[in-house]
Amino acid sequence: MEVLERIKEQVESNPVILYMKGTPQMPQCGFSSRTAEALKACGHEFAYVNVLMDPEIFENLPQFADWPTFPQLYIQGELVGGCDITLDLHERGELQKMVSAAAGSD
Amino acid sequence: MVIQTSIEHKIQSALHPVFLEVANESHMHNVAPGSESHFKVTVVSHEFDGKLPVARHRIMNRLLAEELAGTVHALSLHTFTPEEWQEKNGEIRNSPPCMGGSKAG
Repeated sequence: MEVLERIKEQVESNPVILYMKGTPQMPQCGFSSRTAEALKACGHEFAYVNVLMDPEIFENLPQFADWPTFPQLYIQGELVGGCDITLDLHERGELQKMVSAAAGSD
Repeated sequence: MVIQTSIEHKIQSALHPVFLEVANESHMHNVAPGSESHFKVTVVSHEFDGKLPVARHRIMNRLLAEELAGTVHALSLHTFTPEEWQEKNGEIRNSPPCMGGSKAG
């Protein structure tokens, strides 16, 4: 499958998916780590892709959503943002609501 | 200081910020001394009025596309309208420590 199709399929089939450096258990970047922690705190399962282990996605994800940096969080197929936006939403209690709503729609 | 100055100039001329802080945080990461790889940018501008966070970040990413395609590896963005900034009282989260995932690819 062509990589952009593969990414599209991932973001559409997973209600919450995080593209990050490393894994939630072993993050390899401070920004990815904080984003994963905020998601974990929401108390629902979420999908993730370790972009360091998938060079094709690493190269093409920025083009997919016209967003040049990692991590990238998608909820219900939409780009939510990177670390700064996700943490702002978390601090305001909005991330929890978005994740719960997405998990409920699964 | 070359990249930092360029970032500052681009933001100044495009967004006419009422507050702008460009901090080079490269020393917090595993890069050579004097590097310009990690930046934290705080911008307060009326250009963000009525815009959602993703739209604000897209403005910044486009403005600094050249830098991001070059030596800038991490860009932490804190974007506020003057009203939000006043409410926030200028308190901005600290950036995270490096965890070793260097610029792969």
